[in-house]
Order: sequence, then structure tokens, then C-alpha cells
Amino acid sequence: MRYIALLTATRPDTPPPPELMEAIMKLGEDATNSGVLVDQAGLSPSAFASRVGVAGGELTVTDGPFAEAKEVISYAVYDVRDRAEAVEWTSRFMRAHRDLWPGWEGESQVLKVMGPEDFAPPA
Amino acid sequence: MGAADPALVHRTVEAVWRIEAARIVAVLARLTGDIGLAEEIAQDTLVVALEQWPRDGVPDDPGPWLLATARHRAIDQIRRRQNYAAKLRLVAGGVTESHDGGYDAVLDSRIGDDLLRLIFTVCHPALPAESRVGLTLRLLGGLTTAEIARAFLVSEPTMAARLTRAKKALAGVEFALPPAPELAPRLASVLATVYLIFNEGYAATGGPVWVRPELADEAVRLGRLLQGLLPREPEVHGLTALMELQASRLPARVDPSGRPVLLPDQDRRRWDRLLIRRGLAALAVAGDLGGGVYTVEAEIAACHARARSHSGTDWERVAALYEVLFHLRPSPVLRVNQAVAYGMAGDPARGLALVDAVAGEKSLRDYPQLPAVRGDLLARLGRADEARSAFAEAAALTRNEAERSLFAARAESD
Repeated sequence: MRYIALLTATRPDTPPPPELMEAIMKLGEDATNSGVLVDQAGLSPSAFASRVGVAGGELTVTDGPFAEAKEVISYAVYDVRDRAEAVEWTSRFMRAHRDLWPGWEGESQVLKVMGPEDFAPPA
Repeated sequence: MGAADPALVHRTVEAVWRIEAARIVAVLARLTGDIGLAEEIAQDTLVVALEQWPRDGVPDDPGPWLLATARHRAIDQIRRRQNYAAKLRLVAGGVTESHDGGYDAVLDSRIGDDLLRLIFTVCHPALPAESRVGLTLRLLGGLTTAEIARAFLVSEPTMAARLTRAKKALAGVEFALPPAPELAPRLASVLATVYLIFNEGYAATGGPVWVRPELADEAVRLGRLLQGLLPREPEVHGLTALMELQASRLPARVDPSGRPVLLPDQDRRRWDRLLIRRGLAALAVAGDLGGGVYTVEAEIAACHARARSHSGTDWERVAALYEVLFHLRPSPVLRVNQAVAYGMAGDPARGLALVDAVAGEKSLRDYPQLPAVRGDLLARLGRADEARSAFAEAAALTRNEAERSLFAARAESD
């Protein structure tokens, strides 16, 4: 089954330490070689983003940047057996941030992507 | 991490275990030269984690913790057994007890080789296919015996006995990479094993459900693992491409009541675009490296993946690819498939000639698709009477109820 991990954090003023980038690359390589990491990418700052909403019967489009301090920074899509495995890979990713970027704070949401198993007929 | 919810810790142990199991067993098998013993020590290590982690908290680096613990237990075992030969192997393998940074680097660069040795060993052609499949899921997938038993619809004791027999049979197989002249047949055995697992998930041969996505997923992950380990082997990429592309259709392959939906009737909007993208990328690599049977099959799957509709498929290319496939691995069934492609490509006469050429084949005598395809081609050629009798023949041959009514309807209306 498939999970998407969305990393949310305050966008920092300085680029991440090179050691962290190296650790992230290594982790990505491990997860790819394990057949688990099937897609990932970083996301541009909200200055390049827009919001399209519907409220009160109205469609609105708002261009970024947005006022919120926290933004979605990146995503990773894992093809794993269960949620615990997706949480473990995400924990490794977050641990690297904790260990290699002092003071950094953030949160990854691990969301299940609906798949064939969600539509299985009653056994 | 401090004391946490024991159920959560338990799930974490199992998840880390499944992620690391293949590498741990592979390293232990190199250290001990014995896959059965390696698995035993790996199991002991899992038990240690299940005891310690809920009490002391999950270690900060759970993967390396498991590997280090397993390795220590292996060395202890070897010491206790005073097995001189095994000690020699340790020395020859250059494994030291030091914990400096150099060790991890050496270990890392070797784990790939250890994994390859493990894969080639458990997929050894001397083992029966069901043993290869069971051992692969157990030792490389990290699945429990109960999980494998469930996947193959047998009882847990039956599967446990099967795995024990398989491990016994392995005793005579050297834990080593195949020498160069044997590489091709040994790799073929590995790929065939992975594809067997995939097909059991994609079109289950037994049981109440037609597809078991979790088994297909397991095989696709193994294919991706092999891509990392054997990046220069075209058919590794070809097989993985084929599995990614076929798996992309899983969401459309069953209707809400669990009945199979065949390719022409599938809702292509439900196909998995991410898997298609990955399949096409793997296929490009396979093609650049020279390809093979799986690669050509993946090329055919790619024709379907690229098409917006069944009728909009590049059927001429499909027919040409079947010709290539036929030369690589001749089989009369391929001719029947190729005939379908010619029919769809607007050349039913050519298709009919192909079908008629293999109609006498013994292996196709009870194959309902042969008269069905023939009937369809005859109908396209306007030969309605002959088409009707071909469909009647197909209806009499098939054992599938849904198919029978489909053929019977065409036997009457066409």
C-alpha cells in the first residue's frame, strides 16, 4: 500500500547544512534500493504557489506568498506493507533533520493513499 | 525515546524488522555460511528487540541496532561452537570486532553483495519453484510464515513444513555468487521466481479472490531491489518495467463485486499513473541495455499503458512485438495473441492466417481462446456463419461461466 509523507516546517532563512543534504540523499538511495521510495520532490516557496478555493458558491484564486509561517516543504511517496513501515522511513528522515540541523523543527504527516486494497470486495 | 505505548513499540519493531530482515539475514549468511542458521540467529535477534524495546525504548538507530546485535550473536554462536572453519571464514572475510567508522563503510559496500548472494542462493534452479517462492518471501521479504501461508492459501503448519524442507534442500547449495558462465541461467531463475510471486498476486491461480495486490506489490519491490543490485542487467529492468506496468492496471482489473475485468473493458482512468511512469522509465533503461523476453513483454504492456482507449492502441506495434517475442520464445499461444492484434489493427485476414496455422497444435486443442479469436476474426471478415460455429466451439470449451455466456451470445447473434 502507498503512503505520502508531507513535510511541513517553517521555511528557514539559511540553506540546510550539507551534511543533512548528504544524509537525505543517502536515505533516499536506501529507500529507493529497497523498492520502497517511489516518488519524492521538494516544493517551491509559497511565493510561487496559488490557492483556488470555493466558498459561498464563489470560486476564488489567490496567489502566494501566503501569510502562514509554516509551509509544505517536500513530499515522499512510499510503497510499503503497512503504516508502521511508512512511519519508520519518515522517522529516519525526521531524525536526520534533528541530528544534523540544530534548532530545526517540523512535522511530517503520513497519509495513506487509497489503493486497490481499499476497494476490495468483502471476502 | 522513553517508555511508549507497548502496542506501538511492537508495531515499530516489526516494521523495522521487515525493512532490515533481508540485509540482516544476508550478512548473517555470509558470516555463518549457513542460511538456516542465519535465519535462526535473525529470529533470536527479533525476539531480543521485542523484549528490550518495549522496556528500554526504541533505539535511536533501530536498523543498525538490529544488524549489530545480530552480528554479535552470530560471532558468539560461532565461538561457542568452536567451529574452526567458520572462524577462518570470518578472518578471510575481514570482519573485525572494532566499532570505528571504517567498519560501517566496509559493511555498507558489502551488504549489496551479501543480498545478491542471498537472492541467488534462495532462487537456485535446483530448488522446486514453490520452495524458491517461499524462501524469497520469507528471507528477502521478511514475511512471517503465517503471512506467506495466507498468501498461498495453505495452513501455517503446511507452509512451515514447506519452508523447512526448502531450507534443508539449501544445505547442499553454496552461499556464493554464481560464477560468470552460470550467471545467465541463475539470473533467469531469480527473475522467474519474482515473476511467479507477481503473477500469484496479479491473477491468483486459486482461492476466492482473483487479485491479491499485496503479493504483486511484494514482487514489484523485489524487482526494484534487483534494479539497484544489478543495474547493468537489461532483463532486471525489463521484468520490473513489466510488473510496474501490469500493476498499474490492478485498480481497474476487478469490478466492485470482485469479478475480473479484462483489458478491453477496463476503465483506464483508474490505471495508476505513477506506476505507468515508473514502468516506462524502467523500460527505457532495459531497452538501452539490450532487452530480452521480459523487456519485449513490457514493450507490449507499454503500448496499452500509452493508449487512451483499447481501440486507440498502436495494434500494429503490438503485432510486431509479438513477432519479436515469438522469435525469442516460440509458443503457439503467442500467435493467437498476435492474431488479436492484427484483427484490431484492421488486418483480420492476416490474423486468421496466423490462427489457422497453429490450429492443429496439440497444446491448443482445449484452448477456448483459439476458436473465440478465430470467430472474432471471421466476423470482422464478414464470414458470419463460420464465426457463429467458431463461437459455439469456444462456448463448449470454456470452463468459465462469464466467458461461456459471452461466447454463446456471439454464437447466436453474429
